[in-house]
Amino acid sequence: MSVDIAVIDYGMANLRSVVKAIEHVAPALSVVVTSDPVVIAEASRVVFPGQGAAPDCMREIDARGLRQVIIDAAHSKPFLGICMGLQVLFEHSEEGDVDCLGILPGTVQRFPHEAMVDSAGDKLKVPHMGWNNVHQAAPHPMWVGIEEGARFYFVHSYFVQPTSPDVIAGFSHYPFPFTCAVATENIFAVQFHPEKSGNDGLTLLGNFVTWNPGETESACDMTGAACA
Amino acid sequence: MLAKRIIPCLDVTNGRVVKGTNFVELKDAGDPVEIARRYNEEGADELTFLDITASSDNRDLILHIIEAVASEVFIPLTVGGGVRVVADIQRLLNAGADKVSINTSAVNNPQLVKDAADRYGNQCIVVAIDSKRVGDHWEVFTHGGRTATGLDAIEWARKMEKFGAGELLLTSMDRDGTKSGFDLELTRAISDAVDIPIIASGGVGNLQHLVDGVKEGRADAVLAASIFHFGEHGIEEAKRFMKQQGIEVRL
Repeated sequence: MSVDIAVIDYGMANLRSVVKAIEHVAPALSVVVTSDPVVIAEASRVVFPGQGAAPDCMREIDARGLRQVIIDAAHSKPFLGICMGLQVLFEHSEEGDVDCLGILPGTVQRFPHEAMVDSAGDKLKVPHMGWNNVHQAAPHPMWVGIEEGARFYFVHSYFVQPTSPDVIAGFSHYPFPFTCAVATENIFAVQFHPEKSGNDGLTLLGNFVTWNPGETESACDMTGAACA
Repeated sequence: MLAKRIIPCLDVTNGRVVKGTNFVELKDAGDPVEIARRYNEEGADELTFLDITASSDNRDLILHIIEAVASEVFIPLTVGGGVRVVADIQRLLNAGADKVSINTSAVNNPQLVKDAADRYGNQCIVVAIDSKRVGDHWEVFTHGGRTATGLDAIEWARKMEKFGAGELLLTSMDRDGTKSGFDLELTRAISDAVDIPIIASGGVGNLQHLVDGVKEGRADAVLAASIFHFGEHGIEEAKRFMKQQGIEVRL
């Protein structure tokens, strides 16, 4: 029997928090942590989390033969990327100078040391760790019930730079604006950790388990490409 | 804008939260799961559990507590105390911890920090530094402040950053339990010396101390125990006070 939600396990993340949070918002759904390409291919929805460094993530994805099934899922069903699961969707990461999955055009870069100063002239720390405001670049079914500027929990030293601004669904400031959420037809991927972001994080996960990408297009006509 | 974090600390022994003065004279402060739930509802930005259980017989109690908390509290959880080998870190992460804090074992075996950061990522490795003023500098102490190491706290902080720590939890042993405020000079010296976030700890007796830790000490987060445990101040009250003083907080 196919599962409702497959959480991809490639050995690079503590997945317990993600699973617990999804189970909390969707107690009736079957949530499975898996590295089995067949289970991932058959699941209705896919969650792609991740921690650690990009080169290790890419190596472990390939070691488990998961590259193609991740690419297929990202093109075919509701797909939620979290943290490293956002970054490796892009073409290349500066972290370890590694090629990533190339599902989305763009690169991943480190917060540049020389830019890490706030308006008062004080040093900003890297990793960017803690609760920051997330600005919604466009309406999206995943943002329903979440206030513009709501705070989510971040912990990362690298950020994505999409080639096309059309995929930007959300941004944050540290100290300059950077993309913290991207959306395509059926991908929604975030730099922050919804599973660790209290009630707003749970709302976002709840939106994911009911998100039906096929039904959103007309609602997004007004907002342009962020939903397309 | 990134908010400064307020982190209540729960010292746990034999399954109960306790609070002592200068690491002795422990008072019972309640059930850890209940306290964690309440702090979450009040708006805590993270929770830190410090397992001070002396006997290894009761070590697994902390795992059950973390499991219970992680099933219903969806904010970052840090756990420290008694972490000696990579397998200890794995067990805590599996139980639901997001970060693991390493103290004495980092001094005894700095390679543990490197191995753990390589394996699980810098984001989940916190190095706890207990420090005391000795003459004109600060020295690192271990074993709850009983053992001098001869290490200079600032140099040690830099080394741990290099070894892969994602964050430093800095406790002034001179101030811990005294309610006289953080050692601001120490906090600022360490915060200026490294690029990773610093959590200031030890000595909070009132809300102004939290403000001072951020403004004067340049801490990225402030940790406190007793002012929250015994109902002297609420977390939301603390955040409102900090906001009035111009500090960015999550409310």
